[in-house]
Amino acid sequence: MRKYKAVIGLEMHCEVKSNSKVFSSARNSYNDTPNANIRPIDLAFPGTLPTLNIECIRKALLMSLILNCKVPEYMYFDRKNYYYPDLPKGYQITQMHDPVGVNGHITIDVDDYSKDVLIHDIHLEEDSASLDHYSTISLIDYNRAGVPLLELVTEPCLSSSKEAVAFLEYMRRVYQYADISEADTKKGQIRCDVNVSIMDEDSTELGTKVEIKNVNSFANVASAIDYEIKRQSELKDAGRYDEVEQETRRFDEESGTTIRMRGKVDAIDYKYYVEPNIPKFKIDSAWLEKIKKDIPVLPRERKQHYMDDLGLSEYDANIIIKEKDYADYFEKCVSLGMNPKVAANYLTVQIIAYLNKEGITLKDFYLIPEYLLEITTELDKETISSKQAKEIFNKSLEEKKEPKNYLSENKQISNEVELAEIINKILENNQEQIEEYKNGKTNLFQYFVGQVMKETKGKANPNMVRDILNSKLN
Amino acid sequence: MIKTIEELHEMLKNGEVTSDELVKDSLKKAHNVQDKCNAFVTILDDAHGSEVTDDILSGIPYGIKDNYSTKGILSTGSSNTLKDYVPFFTATAVSNLEKHNVVPIGKTAMDEFGMGGTGTTAHTGNILNPWDTKRMAGGSSSGSAASVAAGVYPFALGSDTGDSIRKPAAFCGIVGYKPTYGMISRYGLFPFASSLDHCGCLTRSVKDAAIVVDAMKGIDKNDLTSWDSSDIHLYDSLDGKVKGKKLFYIKEIVNLENYPDASLELKEHLNNFYHTLDYLKEEGVEVDEVSIDKNLINTIFSVYECLSCAEATSNMSNLTGIIFGPRGEGKNINEMMKDHRTKGFSSLIKRRFVIGSYILQKENQERYFVNAQRVRRLIVDKMNELFKTYDGLIMPVSTGPAPYIDGSKDEITKDNTTNLEEHLQIGNFGGFPSITIPNGFVNDLPVGINITGKCYDDANVLNIAFALECKMPYKNQVAPQFKEGENA
Repeated sequence: MRKYKAVIGLEMHCEVKSNSKVFSSARNSYNDTPNANIRPIDLAFPGTLPTLNIECIRKALLMSLILNCKVPEYMYFDRKNYYYPDLPKGYQITQMHDPVGVNGHITIDVDDYSKDVLIHDIHLEEDSASLDHYSTISLIDYNRAGVPLLELVTEPCLSSSKEAVAFLEYMRRVYQYADISEADTKKGQIRCDVNVSIMDEDSTELGTKVEIKNVNSFANVASAIDYEIKRQSELKDAGRYDEVEQETRRFDEESGTTIRMRGKVDAIDYKYYVEPNIPKFKIDSAWLEKIKKDIPVLPRERKQHYMDDLGLSEYDANIIIKEKDYADYFEKCVSLGMNPKVAANYLTVQIIAYLNKEGITLKDFYLIPEYLLEITTELDKETISSKQAKEIFNKSLEEKKEPKNYLSENKQISNEVELAEIINKILENNQEQIEEYKNGKTNLFQYFVGQVMKETKGKANPNMVRDILNSKLN
Repeated sequence: MIKTIEELHEMLKNGEVTSDELVKDSLKKAHNVQDKCNAFVTILDDAHGSEVTDDILSGIPYGIKDNYSTKGILSTGSSNTLKDYVPFFTATAVSNLEKHNVVPIGKTAMDEFGMGGTGTTAHTGNILNPWDTKRMAGGSSSGSAASVAAGVYPFALGSDTGDSIRKPAAFCGIVGYKPTYGMISRYGLFPFASSLDHCGCLTRSVKDAAIVVDAMKGIDKNDLTSWDSSDIHLYDSLDGKVKGKKLFYIKEIVNLENYPDASLELKEHLNNFYHTLDYLKEEGVEVDEVSIDKNLINTIFSVYECLSCAEATSNMSNLTGIIFGPRGEGKNINEMMKDHRTKGFSSLIKRRFVIGSYILQKENQERYFVNAQRVRRLIVDKMNELFKTYDGLIMPVSTGPAPYIDGSKDEITKDNTTNLEEHLQIGNFGGFPSITIPNGFVNDLPVGINITGKCYDDANVLNIAFALECKMPYKNQVAPQFKEGENA
């Protein structure tokens, strides 16, 4: 198989977090009970009309600004007309003529290089209901009908499955960082369509575009792209490139292949036209300025900051920016005065391990940065040992009590006078052992240390004990 | 009891009649009108009187067009696709009225989903004109117009996408008023063409129309196109003082010269129109003939047809028989939807869906739909320009009295009278307040005149109509065979 240049474009649908749905006052929340979050409009009962959730508009504008898009002067919506059992109204309210953002770009990191991904547009729309197909029946759950959805469309500017996944991973984080979406693929909050074509390495002429619809995980996006590049390349190698048709396919998870759904001639005419029930309104520039202020520091900028200013390794920085919760926790620790490396170490090793073990998120993690600081401060002052620190960490989590409660009972004795007194007393009571030690039985040093520890119930600062013993015995 | 709302209120207050008696009388008349005119889809025989308060509407019976969603009451839109549909929520306009202790007597039959002007496409059969049951009541608010004209109650709700309140009002000799777009919430009104759909009412006097719309209107969080009209008080604004007001009519539509082969009926109708203008002049109203580019006038019906069919196609895509309505038969969901829609809709509606779909198709949209929107804008701009000078447009409604249902005996005018029949659609293009009142008789049948004004200027438009009504003897008129004591 020859190597061809792949040209990939993505459509990323992401469910927006909000109290109510975008054009309906029903609750927008993930719900296991089917058809619990519904209002008459979600089932398109005759006479129902759309309402408009301003918070969803705000979030759409925020994302548009993050993506450096051009924001339209007026906000309005379009109807996309088609019949499908998951679409009760027979049309979807979306944006076609004037999306909330066009002509944007965002920089992402792919392994060891960075790439500027061009954004064709981003638009706000409503989700459809979800269907469950069984052998003889299909069930419809309208909880999802009307859930706000942001659809982001890239230019065909990606060249490999690796870049595609890097982009999706990065965007997922951006959605979380900006608090626009939970962006949880497991809850089906992100769905993708993928466009793939190939062309000769030295060519500038785009090949025939094939669209793969509704790919539901990033791993499947990669598989679908790789499969499609392979399929198209093999046909081209065999001189049968004309068999690559402009068509819509779907990814079959079981076989790891793509399967034809419909060709270009069967393409649906969605008969888009302006939604008459939502009056066009001007996007207030003061409002837009206010939204601009809500743009968070994005993961890529944060990573740079952690490495350049806080001295973290790229490895640690990458782990921390993976989730906004991690990054926020880390930054809070640093802002409280914690040593960045210590904070990073706690987070990337102990805390994440604990979260994974308990199956919880950082939001439910008992040891907030302020509590962690209680431990690290003492560790810094060497009033506790790292072993003790670990014990306090665990105990505090286990009993859900502030670390300071354990510090007094665990506090190291680091007072030289106090330690010297204890040591003197022990030496007085162990004259025989001193003799033996001085006669060459040097391993008895450990015995003296043990005695001190026993006396102090392990709280003596071991380094200081060694120093004092050294000075007294040698 | 053939009385105005004010009179009924007075009688209710001083105990001359009880709300229960009014309701019983109304139900009896409803059945009579049902027998003769087929005006109802549902008559609410269990209805009983309500508490009479100082509210002028309290205790008074009324009718609701069957395309208003009414909780617990069959609401079919006169379509087989919803023949057994009982909604679980009530339209805002109706619930606003309910706060006034009014009593619904029935749901009135109509052209299927409002998509007709004849009253001959309801799933319950033709709706007949109470003045002459061989004639149409006009549509689409046919049953509402017929029942009010037959004196069942003082008012009924209608809806108006092209002229569906204002034309049947003329044909039935009563008042039909659609206020400015968005003054009354459309939430719960089965949509036909959202950008043109209006709620409104049919009454026998301008004052009653003002009272009813005062009670129906109001901003509604469920309808984003509704607006706050709390500082507009239509009933209180009626003072009949119209001296110095200025009206215009459109020469290219009204002038008899446009119709060299006019039937006697049409001539009489237009002469009667001019005669009516004299009443206004007597009151100090200036009425001017205004000329508008004939090419623009000629577009009105095509623009309406394009926009209304296109929007209707989309609006009625929810009627699939899956969630509500009779489930269609078929091997898969597409066949089931197809079966439901094939069996459920009348051929007129299907025709409009085909036109609407064609117009919205990608390759046709620019040519038909987008151009229609542009021309709509041109027409509205032209009107708004004239409304800078004039308080309103005054025009005759249609070409005369209601046509025969079978068309056989109609006097045919060979000239193209489309513009005369369809010009009320201007009011829907601009969302303008527009009211039809009866202005006389042609061949012993009622004819109407219409006044349309600029948006939000409802009080002014109604006041002019009120002043004109006061000059003529048609206020509160009822079709002769339904007059008090003449019930069969």
